[in-house]
Amino acid sequence: MNTLNNIKVGQTVTVARLNGAGAVKRRIMDMGITKGVEIYVRKVAPLGDPMELTVRGYELSIRKADAEMVEVL
Amino acid sequence: MAELKIALAGNPNCGKTTLFNDLTGSNQYVGNWPGVTVEKKDGRLKGHKDVIIQDLPGIYSLSPYTLEEVVSRTYLVNEQPDAILNIVDGTNIERNLYLSTQLIELGIPVVIAVNMIDLVRRNGDQIDLKKLGEAMGCRVVEMSALKGEGSKEAALAALAAARGGEAKELPHVFTGSVEHAIAHIEESIQSRVPERFLRWYAIKLFERDERVMEQLGLDKDNILAEHIEQHIADCEAEMEDDAESIITNQRYAYIHTVVEKAVVKKPRKDNMTVSDRIDQVVTNRVLALPIFAVIMFAVYAIAMGGYPFSIGTMGTDWANDTLFGSIVPGLFDALLLDGTGAPRVAEWLYGLIQDGIVAGVGAVLGFVPQILVLCFLLAILEDVGYMARIAFVMDRIFRRFGLSGKSFIPLLVATGCGVPGIMATRTIEQDRDRKLTIMTTGFIPCGAKLPIIGLFAGAVFGESPWVATSAFFIGIGAVIVSGIILKKTRAFAGEPAPFVMELPAYHAPAWGNVLRATWERGWSFIKRAGTVILISSIILWFLQGYGFVDGVFQAVEDNNHSLLAVIGNALAWIFYPLGWAGDMAWKATVATITGLIAKEEVVNTFGVLYQYAGEVDLMEDSSPIWAAVAADFGAMRAYSFLIFNLLCAPCFAAMGAIKREMNNPKWTAFAIGYMCAFAYAISMIAYQLGGLITGEAVFSLWTVAALAVLAVLLWMLFRPAPKVREEVRFRAAKSAQSA
Repeated sequence: MNTLNNIKVGQTVTVARLNGAGAVKRRIMDMGITKGVEIYVRKVAPLGDPMELTVRGYELSIRKADAEMVEVL
Repeated sequence: MAELKIALAGNPNCGKTTLFNDLTGSNQYVGNWPGVTVEKKDGRLKGHKDVIIQDLPGIYSLSPYTLEEVVSRTYLVNEQPDAILNIVDGTNIERNLYLSTQLIELGIPVVIAVNMIDLVRRNGDQIDLKKLGEAMGCRVVEMSALKGEGSKEAALAALAAARGGEAKELPHVFTGSVEHAIAHIEESIQSRVPERFLRWYAIKLFERDERVMEQLGLDKDNILAEHIEQHIADCEAEMEDDAESIITNQRYAYIHTVVEKAVVKKPRKDNMTVSDRIDQVVTNRVLALPIFAVIMFAVYAIAMGGYPFSIGTMGTDWANDTLFGSIVPGLFDALLLDGTGAPRVAEWLYGLIQDGIVAGVGAVLGFVPQILVLCFLLAILEDVGYMARIAFVMDRIFRRFGLSGKSFIPLLVATGCGVPGIMATRTIEQDRDRKLTIMTTGFIPCGAKLPIIGLFAGAVFGESPWVATSAFFIGIGAVIVSGIILKKTRAFAGEPAPFVMELPAYHAPAWGNVLRATWERGWSFIKRAGTVILISSIILWFLQGYGFVDGVFQAVEDNNHSLLAVIGNALAWIFYPLGWAGDMAWKATVATITGLIAKEEVVNTFGVLYQYAGEVDLMEDSSPIWAAVAADFGAMRAYSFLIFNLLCAPCFAAMGAIKREMNNPKWTAFAIGYMCAFAYAISMIAYQLGGLITGEAVFSLWTVAALAVLAVLLWMLFRPAPKVREEVRFRAAKSAQSA
C-alpha cells in the first residue's frame, strides 16, 4: 500500500489507515488526518521536505518521515 | 458577588488574542504558567470588574502530549473556571470543532463563539447557529473579533452560562460500543472523581492517558486497572483499532455530520484565495529561499544593521551615547553636585549612582530601541502568518541538529544581540525545540563580542581576517554540535516533537495585537533591567571600585587592588588548563568576569588592567596596548581566551533573558552551566592540542586530559541516539493489551 510521503504534488488521496503510536500519531490524528479523510498534496518545501497538504479545508505541513505513517488509497 | 472566571479556549490562529485584548483592554496581566515556558495571560472583563478572563494557550486538542495542551487541561480540571468561551474559526470550522467536542466533556458550561463570521459571509457560506448549538449541546454565538462585532455579546453569553452553572446535556459523540465501554469505566471510577468530571476522566482512561491513570492512582491499583483495560480491549477488538484512534476518528466523524447539517458552503468556481496566491509566490520552489533571504535581511537591517536603514541601531546609539551618555548622567549631576562640581552626597554614593547604576543599567537599557524594533517586525511576521512559512522552508536544515525551522530567527537575531534572540524563541511552539534554541542562541557571536575578536585579531594575529571568520564559524559550530549532543541527552530525548504544523492563511496584520506584543516583550526586558541587572551592576561596581590597600579597606583608584582583582587571582587557577598562566592569568580571569556585565567590558577591562590611559578604542588601529597584550598572550593562549569568552555564559542581560524564557531555575542553571562547560572544553582542547603544535604547550597530563575531553565530546556527538521513551510507552501499551 502507498504511503502519504510518496504521493506526488497535485494528487488527492484518501487515508486508509495510520500506523505508529504515541505523540506523533495522536498529533497527526488531532490535526484531522483520520481514516477516510481526503488529502490533497499541495506542495513540497523548496528543500524537498516537509510537504504541505490540504485536509478538512485548511493547510497543514508535515514531515515526510511522519507522513510515512499514513497509508493512503 | 463572588468573582467569576471565564476561560478563553481555541485553536491557534482562531482570533483568540484579538478577542482577549478586546474584552480586557489594558487590564491585563502577562506572565508564565508555573514552571514552564508557556505564556499565561489573564485580565478583567471591561465593565465587569468581578469577571476574570483567563486566556488559555492556543491548542488543537486536549491530548497529554504537548505542554500547551497539558497546561490547558490541568487548568480546566483543577481550577474549574465557571464557563469556557470556545472561539471557533468559522472559515475552518471542522478542525476547530474537534477541540469543542473535548471541551464540552469537561462538565463546565461552554459557549461557542464562531469567529471571522464576516469572512464566512463574504465567502457566501452560511452557518446555522441553532442547529450547531443543538448538535454540540451548548449555546453558539457569532462574532468578528477583528471588527469588534459580537465580541461583547459573546462575553455576555459566557457570563450568563457561568451564572447558570450547570452544563447542558451532552450529545452522543461516540458510537454504541464505545459509549458502552465509557459507561462501564465511569461506573468503576465513580468514587474517585467529582461527578461533573466523570465523563472526562472516563474518556481519558479509555484513551489510556498516562497522566490521568497516574492521577487516579491506577498505576498502583492493578485490579481496577485490569478491569478498565478489559473494557478497552473488548471495544478495541470489536472496532479493530486502538482506543486513541477510535475516539479521534469518531469525534471527527461526528463533527462531519454536524457540519453537513449546519453549514452550507457555497461551491467555488475558483479555488484560489488571495492567501493561496501569496503562498504560491512566497513558498515557491525557486523563489522561496531568495524571498526568505530578502525578508530576513530586511528585518536584520532595520532592527540592528548599520546606518542609514536601521531605525533600531539609530535608537540604540542615541540611547547609549546621548540618553545614557549625557542626558541621564547630566540629570543626576544636576541633582547630586553643587555649584563647584563637588558631590552634595557622600562620594561613594555619587559613584554608586553614576558609575554603578546609571552606567550599568544604562548599558542594558540602551538595547531597548533595537529590541522594540525587532519585536515589532517579528510580531508582524508572526501575525500575518509568515513565521509558519519560515519554519516550513527552513525545517529541513535545522531538524538535522535537533532544532526546528523556527530556530533560524533567534539565531539570526543573536548575531546582533543575544537578548532579543533569546526572546524571539517565544515563537517556537515545541517546548523541547524552544529550550534547545534558548541554550544554543548564546553561542552566536553578538555585536558586543566583536570588540574582543577585534582586539585579539589586531594584537596577536596581525589583523588577520581569519580570526573573525573563525570566531563566527566556532559560534555556528557550537550551535550545531550542541544541538546534536543535547538532542541525545535524556533531558531532550524524552518527548519527540512532531512537526505537524498548520500553515494559517495570510492576513493583514492586526496592528493592535502587533503593538501590544511588541510592548509586552519590550516591557519585560525593561523590568529585568530594573531588577537582576540593577543588582549585578551594583555588585560589580563595588567589587571593581573597592579593595584593601596597605591592609585598609577603601575605595581604590588602581583596579589591581580591587576586590575583583583579588577574586581574579583566587580564581585564576581554574583556567590554568586553558593555558591562562603567569601574569596574564588573573587579568584574563578578571576580564572574563567583567564580561558578564556586557561582553564589550572585556576589552575595557584590558584597557584598564594594562594601564592604558585614554579612550579605549582597540578595534580601530594598532593601539599601544596591543604590544602589551601580545607579550602576555601567545597565539593559542589568545585563541583559547577568545573561544572561552565567545562561548561561555553570556552577559547578565542575556542570562536574565534565559531565566525569563526558561521560567524554571533548574533549566536556567543547566543552560548557563552547559554553556560554560562547553566553552571550557573547547578552549582546553584548542590550547592543549593546538598549543602542542605551535609549541606553546608542552606534553603533560593536561594534554591527556584534553584528549580525553575531546574523546568524550566525539562520543557524545556520534553515539547513537538513545531509545526514546515513546517506544517504551508503546511497548507497555502493547503488553498491557496482550495481557
